[in-house]
Amino acid sequence: MTASTSPDDAQSLVDYLLRLGDTTLVLSHRLSEWVGAAPTLEEEIALANVALDLLGQAQPLLARAGEVEGLGRDADGLAYLRDAWDYRNLLLVEQPNGDFAHTMLRQFLFDSYAVELWSRLATSTDATLAGIAGKAVKESAYHVGHSGEWVIRLGDGTTESARRTRDAVADLWEFTGELFATDAVDEAIAASGVAPLASELEPAWRDRVDAVFADAGLEVPTRQWMQSGGKQGRHTEHLGHVLAEMQFLPRAYPGSTW
Amino acid sequence: MTPGWPLWEVFVRSRNGLAHKHVGSVHAVDATMALTNARDVYTRRSEGTSIWVVPSAAITASDPADKDALFDPAGDKIYRHPTFYDIPADVKNI
Repeated sequence: MTASTSPDDAQSLVDYLLRLGDTTLVLSHRLSEWVGAAPTLEEEIALANVALDLLGQAQPLLARAGEVEGLGRDADGLAYLRDAWDYRNLLLVEQPNGDFAHTMLRQFLFDSYAVELWSRLATSTDATLAGIAGKAVKESAYHVGHSGEWVIRLGDGTTESARRTRDAVADLWEFTGELFATDAVDEAIAASGVAPLASELEPAWRDRVDAVFADAGLEVPTRQWMQSGGKQGRHTEHLGHVLAEMQFLPRAYPGSTW
Repeated sequence: MTPGWPLWEVFVRSRNGLAHKHVGSVHAVDATMALTNARDVYTRRSEGTSIWVVPSAAITASDPADKDALFDPAGDKIYRHPTFYDIPADVKNI
């Protein structure tokens, strides 16, 4: 934290870093649930690789949030000792894995957003965030290629895979509005040059989604109503189950190491 | 596990100037997927700067039963080894 940062700006930066850190952490945990259950050995390693990339993004983001917050909480403290209402992740990433089509579509919708976000955050006025983004943008570029390929293969695959992918679009589309919804935190953070306005990412995201859906033979839903609340701590019932599993060990055995 | 998915042999070049080296195989439905699978399975620890994938079925292998005829004749021709030369100290990778 620099001396010139006002308390409100600092709080907005903490909230913003928690949104990013929690989103990457929760999605990382969701993907790690596939380990031992993925359809092929090769894909299982691929999913674990993506999960580890996301975890590697979450760790410094949460560490930075704790540093700016100044209450002595480190990345582990923030990850393992907060309850669901204190989490600020996007609703999209806490949705259950479902079948492989659901997981890949959720991943593609997120990756398409992440690659645009990181490329802009690489020039953030927050040097730590810019450094994290510079590394993450390369990871996301690979992730979106991987998930996009799968959406095309599944959407344009067999009758069964196409049906499952259409079902995934129907289930997950309503969580995409939150990616671009802008609130007071977003506005404060954009005004200080730390991050772009979330809404600015939507045209590029939409171009990529349109192109991949066209190749996959999927229709982009025209429904306008969208879920929201994750960035403000109002979550679906699924996040509590994620945290119960993820936080069990450090809560049952505080401070344990191995 | 991967019914009907063809096998691909994976070759990785660890750095510029060296040859691609066989590291193993992956299952994949096509060349694009074979490359990404190879990247995910075999380059997780910074092993590579370049990957080749080749359909396993495209490889023609010598018959192990022929190895005497193929390889033994070279055994007593030590003059083919470049061991009689002094290699300058700063020449690497020989």
